[in-house]
Amino acid sequence: MHATGMDADMAEPATRPERVTRVTLTDDGPVLVAGPVEIEMPDGSVVRSNRAVTALCVCRRSRRRPFCDTSHRRKVRDHG
Amino acid sequence: MVERPVLPRPRGPLSAAVFDALRHGGAVAPPRGGSGAPCDAPYRDAHHLALYCCYELHYRGFLGVPDDREWDPSVLTVRAAMERAFLDALRRDVPAGDDVAAEIDTLLVEPLDAHGVSHHLHRDGERWQVREYVAHRSLYHLKEADPQAWVIARLDGPAKAALVTVEHDEYGAGDPTRMHSYLFAEMMRALDLDARYGAYLDAVPAETLAEVNLMSLCGLHRGLRGALVGQFAAVELTSSPGSDRLVRAMRRLGMPEAVVEFYAEHVEADAVHEQLVRRGVIAPLIADEPELAADIVFGIRAAGFLADRLDHLLRTTWAQRRSTLRRVLPPVPA
Repeated sequence: MHATGMDADMAEPATRPERVTRVTLTDDGPVLVAGPVEIEMPDGSVVRSNRAVTALCVCRRSRRRPFCDTSHRRKVRDHG
Repeated sequence: MVERPVLPRPRGPLSAAVFDALRHGGAVAPPRGGSGAPCDAPYRDAHHLALYCCYELHYRGFLGVPDDREWDPSVLTVRAAMERAFLDALRRDVPAGDDVAAEIDTLLVEPLDAHGVSHHLHRDGERWQVREYVAHRSLYHLKEADPQAWVIARLDGPAKAALVTVEHDEYGAGDPTRMHSYLFAEMMRALDLDARYGAYLDAVPAETLAEVNLMSLCGLHRGLRGALVGQFAAVELTSSPGSDRLVRAMRRLGMPEAVVEFYAEHVEADAVHEQLVRRGVIAPLIADEPELAADIVFGIRAAGFLADRLDHLLRTTWAQRRSTLRRVLPPVPA
């Protein structure tokens, strides 16, 4: 019942029979890319991430682009 | 070689009884009834120091304490009594619920006018407060990811695979110099703090120890695996924005990159871990074992409840310009 379908495949890309890169679009946050990745930036520079899963910012609010820093989160007044 | 901590000084009769037995051999003879009994005052110093040290036997033990005391029945008996008192208090003080999705949603918003400790440090924290904060945090971060590793064997399938992916990242993905505990020790050294494992055990209050004790409690009891996953989720889901505020606090105070690196890594890492924990761990775990929902909510709320207690202590004590540690930190050498 998890709609976006991230499952064991995502965690273990190396054990899949064909090395297909899984890219997961989340409804409210970053794009998730499995495996170490290189990201080419608009200025031609290349940023590398060695994480098993990398979260790429697509809302353009991150201060650490190309990576997500959770700046997409909804801001609320604290009534506590 | 694995570094072992030194047994701390006791805080009251209960911890004195436990430490005496560990140091000199023989069974633990806990005080019975009234003040100092294992069920008395489950949020106090005496309780959490004794409980923390009982748990530490499962991690690294103590200098001068034989390894086989880890499974000493008299230690386990007194530990069980303390655990029951702590757990009963949390079940009483934390409202019950079983709507995991709603609970997670409450963690995924950023309050604009929040007054938590990371907001304070970001806005107008001082250098000595950052050092104290790091000393408190060292009790967990020098064993970062270890308490949650206990739960691996209690999970299966996609939830297990995703949790291990997060843990693997915490342990540096195969690179010991990227282990979060190593990065934390590097930060401590750059702040002229004592980076030895357990160095501040004597200095921190019950509020700090209680947070780590919740992790050990839920990690070491298979019956509390849902609560462990909830605790883990609460940390991974809230860490990224808080870490970002600490990065900005440290930069504002002109601290070097060697200090900033630990929290900078957590901004990025925990943005990924949030996604993995929500989609990879919790969703399949609830699909598989729906009866765990209430304990997942309990773990999230208990973690938040204890975090708020420490947060409150830090902010109110600093507001009076007093140290939050039992032993004031030596000033930074000029």
